[in-house]
Amino acid sequence: MACVYDGGVVLGADGRVSVGNYISNRSSNKIAPLAERVFLLRSGSAPDAQIVSDHVSFYVHNLEAEQQLPMSVETVAKLVMQINYQNKDNLIGALIIAGYDEEKKGQVFGCPIGGTLSNEKWAVDGSGSTFIWGYCDAAYRDNFTRAEAEAFVEEGVALAMSSDCSSGGCIRLVTVNSEGAHHKYINGSQAPKFQDELNVPGPATGGMILG
Amino acid sequence: MIPAPQSHSKALGPGVTGPELLNPTSAVLERPPQPKPQQPLAGGHAFMVDPSAVPGAHGADPTRQHTKYPYVTGTSVMAIKYKDGVLIAADTLGAYGSTKRYKSTERMYQVNDKTVIGAGGEISDFQHIQTLLDELSTDDFRTDDGIQLTPQEIYSYLCRVMYNRRNKFDPLWNSLIVGGVQPDGKGFLGNVTMNGTHYTDSHVATGFASQLARPLFRERQRDDMSEEDAVTLIHDALKVCYYRDKQSINKFQIAKVTTAGTSISSAFSLDMRWDYEVFKEPTKFSIGAW
Repeated sequence: MACVYDGGVVLGADGRVSVGNYISNRSSNKIAPLAERVFLLRSGSAPDAQIVSDHVSFYVHNLEAEQQLPMSVETVAKLVMQINYQNKDNLIGALIIAGYDEEKKGQVFGCPIGGTLSNEKWAVDGSGSTFIWGYCDAAYRDNFTRAEAEAFVEEGVALAMSSDCSSGGCIRLVTVNSEGAHHKYINGSQAPKFQDELNVPGPATGGMILG
Repeated sequence: MIPAPQSHSKALGPGVTGPELLNPTSAVLERPPQPKPQQPLAGGHAFMVDPSAVPGAHGADPTRQHTKYPYVTGTSVMAIKYKDGVLIAADTLGAYGSTKRYKSTERMYQVNDKTVIGAGGEISDFQHIQTLLDELSTDDFRTDDGIQLTPQEIYSYLCRVMYNRRNKFDPLWNSLIVGGVQPDGKGFLGNVTMNGTHYTDSHVATGFASQLARPLFRERQRDDMSEEDAVTLIHDALKVCYYRDKQSINKFQIAKVTTAGTSISSAFSLDMRWDYEVFKEPTKFSIGAW
């Protein structure tokens, strides 16, 4: 999930990678850096998304070395789109590109399966996204402050984790602004909990009552 | 399993198994089936009749439903014996496909003073089983002689129910665990699957727990373990299942059956470990990886 705020973008993702019903990695990193201030959020088939991010970060490094200038977010997004679109028969990657450049400030691009490119104020994708379309529609405002945007993304990811079996574990937030990228890790026990879930007890207590 | 007899290939030489001839002829391909341990032959070939396809057949009921797929499901249940009796544990999630839909489902049910059953699988079928057992307990109560069904009797009853439903191609889509204390004071644990397969042991587990929790039980469970050790073992098993099973939540119940009494705890959560250093930046040295 990613959203634009007044001064940059905030990206958020959960940490669960699964094979069938088995969680193979409970703290994975779904946010891949493509450039210093542009990141890729990956969902869908894990190897497909990874190969796209590897290729695009390679091209971006080469181009930035040639140009001696940082690339714009739109250029990076278009590179991602080209790979997704030209190989649409073989790739299943639902990707979100988000980043900051001096000219247009924070931007979010959705690049779903098939290779469409769409500039949005906020974007969600992945299996958990189905549960939070309503929340995002209702809660998003233009010109969030940084704190409000981080709270919006954290709450959205936590809500998705609460309802989706394929989402869970830790929450990773990345805020990108003119100063660079700032990473935040929220461990699984500290993520917000909702109605009908229990807060995790501290480590000292046994945490149960036996009748 | 009984190994299938091999025919040694005359074409390939001694000590080698293979088809009777390297290129089988019609004499081999079209011969009638030979009797094997798996299928001793006598009389005609086996065949099957689908009762719903026979109009007016005895018992055919066009309004009958058959559980073909489970919809709202529970995941693992696990149980161990310890010094005073048995502990049975499960989480409280009723998942709807890959949605965590109902987070306060009761997956354990107290049948009488000495028995608790737990179930994974289709929750509606488990609720039906609760009704059946409730009828048995009520009959017990009406006889008014103070005698209740023992856990072993309930286990045998459930074996028959599950197997008979399986034979009608209309299974109750559950993996059941029966736990309790027998009249002689010894703990009892049994597992009945939706096929009717059943076994009893000092520790039983269904679903993911049978793969994740069972090694922990094999290592640490003893019939004479203290309650404190037993609770710690069950907690560790629940944590492993929560870490690695998609369809689980951090909200559990434990049932305790002893000679002194039976209770099912209220829901609680366990502290989980997320504070490993590597978790904060797992891809620090492998950028672009997962």
